[in-house]
Amino acid sequence: MKLQEFRSKEILARHGVPLIRGEVARTPEEARAAAERIGGPVVVKAQVLVGGRGKAGGVKLAVDPGEAEARAREIIGLVIKGVTVRTLLVAPAARIAREYYLGLILDRGGKTITIIASAEGGVEIEETAKANPAAILRLPLHPLIGLQRHNVRRVSFFLSIPPELRPAFAETLTALYAAFIGSDADLVEINPLVVTDDGQLLALDAKMVLDDSALARHPELESMRDLDEEEPSEAAAREAGINFIKLDGTIGCMVNGAGLAMTTMDLVKLAGGEPANFLDIGGGAKADRVAAAFRIILDDPNVRAILVNIFGGITRGDEVARGIVEARATLTRDVPMVVRIVGTNAEAAAAILRRANLITADSLDDAAAKAVAASREERP
Amino acid sequence: MSILVNADTRLVVQGITGREGNFHSRAMLEYGTPIVAGVTPGKGGQSALDGRVPVFDTMDEAVRQAGANASCVFVPAAGAPDAMLEAAEAGIPLIFCITEGIPALDMLRVYWVLRQQGVRLIGPNCPGATSVGQAKVGIIPGNIHRPGPVGLVSRSGTLTYEVVQAMTDAGVGQTTCVGIGGDPIVGTSFVDVLDMFNQDPETEAIVMIGEIGGDEEERAAAFCAREVRKPMAAFIAGRTAPAGRRMGHAGAIISGGAGTAESKRLALQAAGIAVADSPSQIPALLRAAGVR
Repeated sequence: MKLQEFRSKEILARHGVPLIRGEVARTPEEARAAAERIGGPVVVKAQVLVGGRGKAGGVKLAVDPGEAEARAREIIGLVIKGVTVRTLLVAPAARIAREYYLGLILDRGGKTITIIASAEGGVEIEETAKANPAAILRLPLHPLIGLQRHNVRRVSFFLSIPPELRPAFAETLTALYAAFIGSDADLVEINPLVVTDDGQLLALDAKMVLDDSALARHPELESMRDLDEEEPSEAAAREAGINFIKLDGTIGCMVNGAGLAMTTMDLVKLAGGEPANFLDIGGGAKADRVAAAFRIILDDPNVRAILVNIFGGITRGDEVARGIVEARATLTRDVPMVVRIVGTNAEAAAAILRRANLITADSLDDAAAKAVAASREERP
Repeated sequence: MSILVNADTRLVVQGITGREGNFHSRAMLEYGTPIVAGVTPGKGGQSALDGRVPVFDTMDEAVRQAGANASCVFVPAAGAPDAMLEAAEAGIPLIFCITEGIPALDMLRVYWVLRQQGVRLIGPNCPGATSVGQAKVGIIPGNIHRPGPVGLVSRSGTLTYEVVQAMTDAGVGQTTCVGIGGDPIVGTSFVDVLDMFNQDPETEAIVMIGEIGGDEEERAAAFCAREVRKPMAAFIAGRTAPAGRRMGHAGAIISGGAGTAESKRLALQAAGIAVADSPSQIPALLRAAGVR
């Protein structure tokens, strides 16, 4: 789960990372009021979960409250990479002397937590990695004992932190690590971490990605989920225990298993169509879950055909087929449906599907081709 | 021959009295897998699967009293890390963890502790492994296999079944099929399993099923170019997956431009491995590489 800047800062502040927190505003008037309370120049920042908001005009400087209101008016409603800006952060503008990048990631290759640091802060770390790899320090931590003081010193010297700021830097990195562990993060990033012209070390921006599998033990973090930026259909799917991601195509997909679901989408594309979604219905597909999945898929007005691909395996195919037929009877909108069920009791499943006038397919390739053809038929 | 499991496997199922554990243990037993024990704390002294399997309170008892030498974990995510550590502590050298949804930070600790103890962990969030005609550990349906010369390794579940079924339908049989799991932190990598298949005299060809996310497939390609002379075919799922969205598996996410299906396909092809556009093409690619 990705967290907005203001949420990430809330968590980092709790763990003792020194930062400029700012105030959340949802209207130009709120932005003006925030700027009045802060006093002096402010930065008005779009709160979106996609990258590149600065380039898209989502971050602007304002010298006084009136300008803050005007900038907020420009930024609210702005569409950045498909996401409409609804929330702003109004923060005091810092006078920056130096900028750094400081992050911690779950390093799946190294099977540990790795510090990433660079003295070239303020820009995308991937761009620095490409242009000047030597400017980045990647320091894997010991997976069982975690961050040690010698790790902190190593990063501090790599970044050439001024001697008088080394204690503050050590505290910052230690707090960042505590926030990572304490929230079960996949990523914690400060970009930039700055030294102000009056010699303070401060985080100006923050980003956190949390491990979805660990949210159950952090109920207070689950409530930080940004529902504004989530497709309503994706929220509905999560409620129903279905793994769903909305895409832009016309062919709805319902599959059991994530790898097979991705493969089904790939074959739709290979057959000349575009998948409307990723949907993994999970193990032991029951009739109610099948019905919920159909409703979520058909909520998307672009969907012109549905491809159901179930590898029965240990689940009985005829039960799934019955579930599909029952669920279909309750649907308000009807589109052509291609159903492929393989594995246990596949023959019985096929008979049920044929009686219900559903299009059946023998192979996955065949199913994808039939779904693409069905999506192109003119419907009365 | 085969890898990981065979007729000499003496399996203990952790969480045997749970719904999943009980259901799949029955299927394993029916396949012929020797299940010598089950463990459910507090249910020691009872038996499972119609009295065929004794249940113990601890892994220590399962090892000392029933001689278990491999474990299969069905314990829910909150207890699975502890179950794996208990198995390792009891001296089990091979653990399959089927459980999904284990927090990554928990897995980091388990990974390194097991590694220091010399324990081979498969998974978590994996379907297990089947050595065709000998033993199956985990949840792969037993009826999709056919004995033959091809080893298969995959990061996913039902997609594995899809490929195995396509091979079986085309008359291409398997030695062992292994699912290594779709989580960011798994105990056994593609390279580990490819190395085992490479050294297994019965395995004449290898199929690898990857997906977007991470760089395991790229590492595997480099390993194969260096070490493997057996014919290979591969498939990578997720060519249509958008960046930054997690496609079901916690590990299946394209981030920062890394981990795309295209980069994996190119790496495999550069290593001389044929990459299929669809699972259905895999049997033909194997035939073309000389597999009987």
